[in-house]
Amino acid sequence: MMDLRKAKACILRVGGTNCDAEVKAALEDLGLRSDILHMDWLEKGKLSEYQLLVFPGGFSYGDYVRAGAVWGKKVLTKMRRDLERFVEEGRLVMGICNGFQVLVEAGMLPGDEGAFSPTPKAVLANNSSARYECRWVFLRGEGSHTPFARRAGKGEILRVPIGHGEGRFLAESDKAVQDLIRSNRVVFRYAKPSGEPAEGTYPFNPNGSVYDIAAICNRAGNVMGMMPHPERAFFGWQTIGYGNSQGYGDGRKIFEGIVDHIRSL
Amino acid sequence: MRFLVKAEVSLKRGHFDPEGDVASKSLRDLGFSVGTVRVSKAYTIEVDARDPTEAKALAEEMCRKLLANPTKDDFMVEVLVIEGRTA
Repeated sequence: MMDLRKAKACILRVGGTNCDAEVKAALEDLGLRSDILHMDWLEKGKLSEYQLLVFPGGFSYGDYVRAGAVWGKKVLTKMRRDLERFVEEGRLVMGICNGFQVLVEAGMLPGDEGAFSPTPKAVLANNSSARYECRWVFLRGEGSHTPFARRAGKGEILRVPIGHGEGRFLAESDKAVQDLIRSNRVVFRYAKPSGEPAEGTYPFNPNGSVYDIAAICNRAGNVMGMMPHPERAFFGWQTIGYGNSQGYGDGRKIFEGIVDHIRSL
Repeated sequence: MRFLVKAEVSLKRGHFDPEGDVASKSLRDLGFSVGTVRVSKAYTIEVDARDPTEAKALAEEMCRKLLANPTKDDFMVEVLVIEGRTA
């Protein structure tokens, strides 16, 4: 069992990231100390001090070229070796919104070929609505084995906000999608308020993602990316009446899963 | 030698193009008789290479490594200018 006071999370920052402070507030509310570090300050070897690495949301490098592409490739040139070891040791990596796009562009998700695939094997394409979608959605836990879903198991419904223009998850083939489903790597799907999957219907599936995919993880389950923002639904006061305004929002369950996992190490 | 290369990145055939769709509808609203509109992105890149073949190969590598995502994009590369002269 790991003493949580000895564990630490690293939240990376570059030009254009956002909600790094919200992620830190969420993790520290649960007792996990967190550093917000600009990627340029992450010296060689420093990553080994952390149990969790978070790529937060935002519009890194202005979303130029493609959302997440520039940061994703920078990750490969600046920290590939350390990150490879981090992932192989089973430490947790989380990408939220733009962070999910970064993990896909870096080839870390879907994560079929070790820590990094040589080219991206999926994409978060422009929303099918051709609009920036910024609102609350329903997510449905799919019973994935990832630690991030420890407190949000199969059929659990979470209300969490989204804010993205490029969130339509596409894999390289139908077979790749089937493989994600079969290997239990679809972590959350967009759902109707009843808890049924959105089945591609708008507005419940906000972006046209194949199989209503909102979050996936790698085979080992320790790398997870999601388009919705759980850190924006952590405290009750963030939930504008959807949750318990005095208590906590549904996004907390994802962070609780992280902390449970680290404590169990 | 310095070359000017154009790399055009476009959505693969059959991939839904929401931006093109919106442009098409808007053009029809303005009275133009248009069918499908597809959006692509063009990069003009100054690149140092030994010859046009190498310049093209380098630009193709740039597309594979950064400018295009193979899940949704195709790309086309063309050498426009060689040392200040049109190719």
